[in-house]
Amino acid sequence: MPILTKTEAKALLTKVLSYSKAEQCEVNLNCSDSGNIRYARNSVSTSGGISANSLVVSSAFGKKLGTATINEFDDASLEKVVRRAEELAQLAPENPEFMPFLGPQEYGADSPTFSPATAAVTPKDRADAVQASLKQVIDSKLNAAGFLSNSMGCSAMMNSKGLFAYNTSTDVAFNITVRTDDGKGSGYATRGYNDFSKLNAKADTAIAAKKAMSSVTAKAIEPGKYTVILEPTAVAVMLENLFFSMDARQADEGRSFMSKTGGKTKLGEQLVDERVNIYSDPWNPELPTATWSGDGRPQQKVNWIEKGVVKNLYSSRYWAQKTGIKAIPFPGGAIMKGGTKTLEELIKGTEKGILVTRLWYIRTVDPQTLLLTGLTRDGTFYIENGEIKFPVKNFRFNESPIIMLNNLDEIGIAERTVSAESEANYLLPPLRIRDFTFTSLSDAV
Amino acid sequence: MLPAIPVFGKEISPEQALTYIDPAAKKILSDVALNAARSKGATYTDVRVGRYLNQYVVTREDKVENIVNTESYGIGIRVISNGSWGFAATDKMDKDSIAKAAELAVTIAKENARLLREPVKLAPQKGYGEVSWKAPIEKNAFEVPVKEKVDLLLAVNDAAMKGGADYINSILFAVNEQKYFASTDGSYIDQDIHRIWPTFFITKIDKATGKFETRNALSAPTGKGYEYLDARPQDKIQTASGTLYKGRYDMLEDATQGARQLGEKMKAKSVEPGKYDLVLDPSHLWLTIHESCGHPTELDRVLGYEANYAGTSFLTLDKWESKKFNYGSKEVNITADKTEVGSLGAVGYDDEGVKCGKWDVIKDGILVNYQAIRDQAHILGLNASQGCCYADNWSSVQFQRMANISLQPGKAKLSIADQIKNVEKGIYIVGDGSFSIDQQRYNFQFGGQLYYEIKDGKIAGMLKDVAYQANTQEFWNSCVAICDESDYRLGGSFFDGKGQPGQVSAVSHGSATTRFNKVNVINTARKI
Repeated sequence: MPILTKTEAKALLTKVLSYSKAEQCEVNLNCSDSGNIRYARNSVSTSGGISANSLVVSSAFGKKLGTATINEFDDASLEKVVRRAEELAQLAPENPEFMPFLGPQEYGADSPTFSPATAAVTPKDRADAVQASLKQVIDSKLNAAGFLSNSMGCSAMMNSKGLFAYNTSTDVAFNITVRTDDGKGSGYATRGYNDFSKLNAKADTAIAAKKAMSSVTAKAIEPGKYTVILEPTAVAVMLENLFFSMDARQADEGRSFMSKTGGKTKLGEQLVDERVNIYSDPWNPELPTATWSGDGRPQQKVNWIEKGVVKNLYSSRYWAQKTGIKAIPFPGGAIMKGGTKTLEELIKGTEKGILVTRLWYIRTVDPQTLLLTGLTRDGTFYIENGEIKFPVKNFRFNESPIIMLNNLDEIGIAERTVSAESEANYLLPPLRIRDFTFTSLSDAV
Repeated sequence: MLPAIPVFGKEISPEQALTYIDPAAKKILSDVALNAARSKGATYTDVRVGRYLNQYVVTREDKVENIVNTESYGIGIRVISNGSWGFAATDKMDKDSIAKAAELAVTIAKENARLLREPVKLAPQKGYGEVSWKAPIEKNAFEVPVKEKVDLLLAVNDAAMKGGADYINSILFAVNEQKYFASTDGSYIDQDIHRIWPTFFITKIDKATGKFETRNALSAPTGKGYEYLDARPQDKIQTASGTLYKGRYDMLEDATQGARQLGEKMKAKSVEPGKYDLVLDPSHLWLTIHESCGHPTELDRVLGYEANYAGTSFLTLDKWESKKFNYGSKEVNITADKTEVGSLGAVGYDDEGVKCGKWDVIKDGILVNYQAIRDQAHILGLNASQGCCYADNWSSVQFQRMANISLQPGKAKLSIADQIKNVEKGIYIVGDGSFSIDQQRYNFQFGGQLYYEIKDGKIAGMLKDVAYQANTQEFWNSCVAICDESDYRLGGSFFDGKGQPGQVSAVSHGSATTRFNKVNVINTARKI
């Protein structure tokens, strides 16, 4: 089903609101059309095409809220879903933290989240991209497993206070693991785009293949503290745990790495190295994201960490009102300001260290210190005198991104990357970090 | 792989959840898809008409944060055409939209056939005709009034707060999968599956130092109805650490003891790193079994189908063919079971119409089998699938997912107290905590909820900052004693993640309290 235009969405939501008898009513619409192809053992495995829409109606009487959903859009169904939300609201207990819906908001210029090239992708286009990737791997006598997906969607919301928001978006994800036939080498590449025409599956396959071939016959070296260079994909899985933990309420309540004694927080304090600048910007051309959040709040450019100092925390509207802070929503993407050096230049400037191309299975060990554990994967290399000397066996690490960003040595050029854990896209640089803590060896390849 | 973030469908009202769609209507829709796919050139088709219901009640301290009923209803159509799989799904349930989705599935299959190395080979499967299966629950959670659930959670919160907690979040999840499967083999299978998971997270803060500790519920997500929350005396096991739960759960009691234990945890000694004998409670061990045995014995991982995401497996086919790969000590017997009553993985038939069963995976410490589906069975020389196929939604394509993988109890009589009595220097761990394992399942690290130091056969107080790291094969070979059947309990997860696009699956893991000798324990305390 083609996605709804702004005019169609507005007409649909206006009709839904016309049925409302509640004190307040808010309607959210989501529609999506997506396709994917998966391959492994140098052959296609599963694939699919999925179409799904939903309409969520929230009705409120005082501080009592009811929510109901439907995916049939005829008049009778629309009226039914509004009545149902109102019935639920009357049955619900009062929520003292309920916030009235927002009035009209200014969202600024549209963000370029939609690409016509992606919207036009067919099953044949996906198969062509995978064929190019597979040919290269098979010609090199290697083994590939990969995934390519594309989606387009629209989201819109309208409420009885006059708020209306609309956005369309497209997404492309491509990732590939190439392994040597003897299973002794493995390499990975991952990309995320809004625009399918930017995808070069063949080039990304070449990156993964090179890592696979150069990671065979890995040597075991002792775990311990090492200088590491983290490629952007590895940086992503460490830093997103920091992004996910910057909630104001958690910090104020004393149960976050941001908390201090006496109900105080580290907001406004130097938390990490002064060269660390982390922000979000819906209009960044490399990482465009929606200009509004699911509850209608505008998404704006926000500095989260500036020169190592924590500048802002995100919060619910309720908590912001209660504590008198600005109600900043969780951002659509995160960006760390990069330096000027390429990854190769970072390697060249390393006397002794380890190049980490990917980290995997990251989990929080201690929320107090944001201590994380996980492992290196798909290509880990020993560096000496500015050169990669040999591949090394994988390590388990136990490290906190806070400690890591205090042990910052050098920042490279930022690029769009993807977290292999959350699948979220970010703009992040490679980082050279001192004293990164590896606690044991893994036999995994 | 277990994700931290739950996945939900869209929201519906409670009364909608109580209607059940007539199987005859689902058969008509299924036949539309089967016929449309056949007419476009499919040589095999299966159809799943799915209605997936969730209810979650979310509270914190004295407030109800959210009460949401969600529903996901639609149809997924999987075909083989030109030897290749194709799949399409839609939530538009008119006949035209279903026929178009069937056509898209065939188009995708034909387009992808040029990327095949060899055509899909399905193990034979007889059609069962029109059959049904219902989870043997006593009380449908969706029929219990929301107020009763809210009252329970608020009472639980109140108990924890009175016990000295600073914060508590409590949640009750209820799941109902109404699945209808039809295939060109001649099966029309209607199944009604229920799951429930009450849980909480208590936090206590030391105001002077700013340090905080947490204690999560010792409940297990289960394949039961609301009766899971009606704990009887025979469902409780009294130990040195407090009450543990077998089969049913007393949430109020656990919140009360949880707040008390959290007070002890705040004052606990930070662990001295080193080698310890570990005595692991089933509320903890289920996760270690899941990660270090459940995943590496999944045949798709062994073969490389998950290489790009969840990873492969160290349990390669040559180790299975040798018939002598010692995965663990002779004490270690691990079974796969899709039929265990009350487990999360129990169904009558899997999502490709195969009747479910039980089989050995590790026998007397030796790797003897894997977990397979129809297009993999021939690789193991099997002439039938083991029934491990599952899709988490009508919109997801089915693939190989984990059966309930459980460590069998010891044959000799052995209690928890006996286990502890026999340990000179050890740690008794209750509840699951932090978890991580490599992509081939060699190296893992686990934390827990409660850690008790064992000195000369006695509990010598609580520890904190504990995590253990081990190699899977060394760990299971250090298994020296397993409590008897009377201590056998199920743990599990609602949200085991795998596949691309990612899907979740619910799975249980049974065990009795088990001892592992000389495992490496690290101290996780840091300063920032």
